[in-house]
Amino acid sequence: MALAERIHRTIDATHWRGEIPLNYIYTPGRAGEQFLRALLDEETFLGARCAACGVTYVPARIFCERCFARIEDSFVKLGKRGTVHAFTVSHETFDGVRKEEPSIVALIKLDGADGVVLHRLGDVDPGDVRVGLPVEAVFKPKKDRQGSILDVRHFRPAKG
Amino acid sequence: MEITKEMVERTATALKLEDITKRKVLTTPWQPKVQYAWDDGPAIGRYLAELKNGRIIARTCRKCRRIMIPPRMFCELCWRPSDDWTFVKDTGVVNTFVISHVDWKAGRLDIKGGERPLTPAVIEIDGASAGMGILHMLDEVDPWQIKIGMKVQAVWKPQAERQGAITDIRYFKPLAPERKRGK
Amino acid sequence: MGYRRVAIIGAGMTKFVRFAQETGKELAYEASKMALDSAGLDLSQIDCVSVGSAPDAFDGVHMKGEYLADGSGGWGKPVMRNFVGGGTGVMNVIHGWHHVASGMFDTCLVVSEEKMSSAFPHPAGAFVTIFDHTTEQPIKPTLLWIFAIEMNRFMNAHGYTKRDIAQVAVKNKKNAIDHPCAQLPGEITVDDVLNSEVMAYPVNRLDVSPTSDGAAAVILAAEHVARRVCEKPVWIDGVGWALDTAYWCTRDLYYPDYVEVAARKAYEMAGIKEPSKEIHIAEPYDPFTYKELHHMEGLMLCKRGESVKLLNDGVTQRTGNLPICPSGGLLGVGNPISAAAVMKIIEIFLQLRGEAGKRQVPGKPTCGLAQAWGDLMQVGTVVVMRS
Repeated sequence: MALAERIHRTIDATHWRGEIPLNYIYTPGRAGEQFLRALLDEETFLGARCAACGVTYVPARIFCERCFARIEDSFVKLGKRGTVHAFTVSHETFDGVRKEEPSIVALIKLDGADGVVLHRLGDVDPGDVRVGLPVEAVFKPKKDRQGSILDVRHFRPAKG
Repeated sequence: MEITKEMVERTATALKLEDITKRKVLTTPWQPKVQYAWDDGPAIGRYLAELKNGRIIARTCRKCRRIMIPPRMFCELCWRPSDDWTFVKDTGVVNTFVISHVDWKAGRLDIKGGERPLTPAVIEIDGASAGMGILHMLDEVDPWQIKIGMKVQAVWKPQAERQGAITDIRYFKPLAPERKRGK
Repeated sequence: MGYRRVAIIGAGMTKFVRFAQETGKELAYEASKMALDSAGLDLSQIDCVSVGSAPDAFDGVHMKGEYLADGSGGWGKPVMRNFVGGGTGVMNVIHGWHHVASGMFDTCLVVSEEKMSSAFPHPAGAFVTIFDHTTEQPIKPTLLWIFAIEMNRFMNAHGYTKRDIAQVAVKNKKNAIDHPCAQLPGEITVDDVLNSEVMAYPVNRLDVSPTSDGAAAVILAAEHVARRVCEKPVWIDGVGWALDTAYWCTRDLYYPDYVEVAARKAYEMAGIKEPSKEIHIAEPYDPFTYKELHHMEGLMLCKRGESVKLLNDGVTQRTGNLPICPSGGLLGVGNPISAAAVMKIIEIFLQLRGEAGKRQVPGKPTCGLAQAWGDLMQVGTVVVMRS
């Protein structure tokens, strides 16, 4: 049975504006803390290896999601090289505004890992990017690093 | 298989507040902007419009014979559309109340410095069915003199300041006792 | 009735702390792994996963169920999330129960996690959404007010005093001293409670459970599996849940009708006719001191207006005739919303097996109950367990 009364003119439809006040401070966790410190101090990506499944996860984590083994003591340094697994060229911001310079976002398969990391590509023309392109991470100078994924400025085509 | 202290020792690492504020662990801050424009719908739309007129309106259900406030377009007990609009009074009875020393951000009020505690209450509105209450604030009363069952009266903002919001009623205050006849 | 018998065969939980370093995934893993190990199973033997967690806004993670799934053993498995506010912990077990009782799955890993510390400095902002956005939020209310309002009505209806009710905090925090995961255990007095900071009369600081991070998990199994792998399965003999109206100002808050409706369903299923005699041990939800009493009455463990008498007479102590919250409850152990109620279910599980260590109540209880509550003071979820 339908409601007895309706609003017939859209201008009569009123609304109430409000906001949900939220503020967050995230901790990266036991594994995440070590992963970010490895970027900050050693310019290397940290992975975690599950010997039973033969899988190396990145970023490092304390458990293997496949077999549930604890892999907290099996972290491995992966270095900073990899290959482009997939990429896209972004021309618009969140709000649909056209960017002056397009940005290239890629999934990068790090050498030695089974997973990919999401990051930007730089020092390269969008037209020259292809799946399989060898790349390496470009780090900010140590004094500008904060222990964040952004301590890596971007990945660029690998030299040599 | 008892759960022992040894077993749970490594399960969670307790941090102190300063570990976070002084960034002893690497943290990522984020303040999302979560903004809404909630549609009022026919019931609350009319409710707010009448508040701007200085009146409180309710909705009736002829089946269970309730007069419902806040008004709603369907009766949630009979599960059928509600029937008519009807105005109710702007007086009521305190069903329950609180004397609060904290505000909505979990911050403490300066009670020792003389700030009045906040006294929200559930107020059963006269003219609506028994037990039909709304949440609102009480003021112009000593918090410790508030009693369950106390009669109260809405204090409205002046017409020009009303916006069509629940805050068009500033608060409820104790109803002045009726004048006795012949005096 | 068409459903199979289901037992709890394993349990695990993390410490409950105010600020955990671990991410939600890591907390969920720690609890789930402990539960698996306790049951002697590995992940391949789990058929499905039920994740229970309160609003995404606490952890600050969108789609928390999916986020927690891999830490909850859900990789590549059927996973479902359920949520009923504070009632989620017990609801999660009921949800898992459905998975197995229906005959669709033989084992289910039930995991509840909460990381409320992500909301900084306090989840008060996330809590404000519990109020109606148009007719209540403009008055700038805080969650504490609803509890204080209900407590006031409850006290008024039965003539209870703050002194009466404060004994719940004393009992539970003392019980929690023997719980290895407890966040706020301690020996306090009734005067400590009455003299603690006024939050919102009639609620003082020591009347309230803390904000917490933590996770807890149980393993459910169908009867034929339970009897094969577990020496002492604990049977889920009754489940019930009920929701009241969100128009909370229309209800008389002095009595939780929705808890009674849920309890009746659970008792009927379990064949219980006199709960006050047939339930040996209970863990009702105690986020605030008065809630333990409020729920005792709703669960019909005593008559309305009688809960304080039981408390005063020592009946609800661990050594009494009807121990209530022998774990230390939310007041003593902590309140990571959904994990807290699973902690209560784990407590009954251990107590019925005689494995609660220093918290073990005497008398070899064989029938226990756990109950949770939440939303806008609306939901009651009840589970009756037997050894």
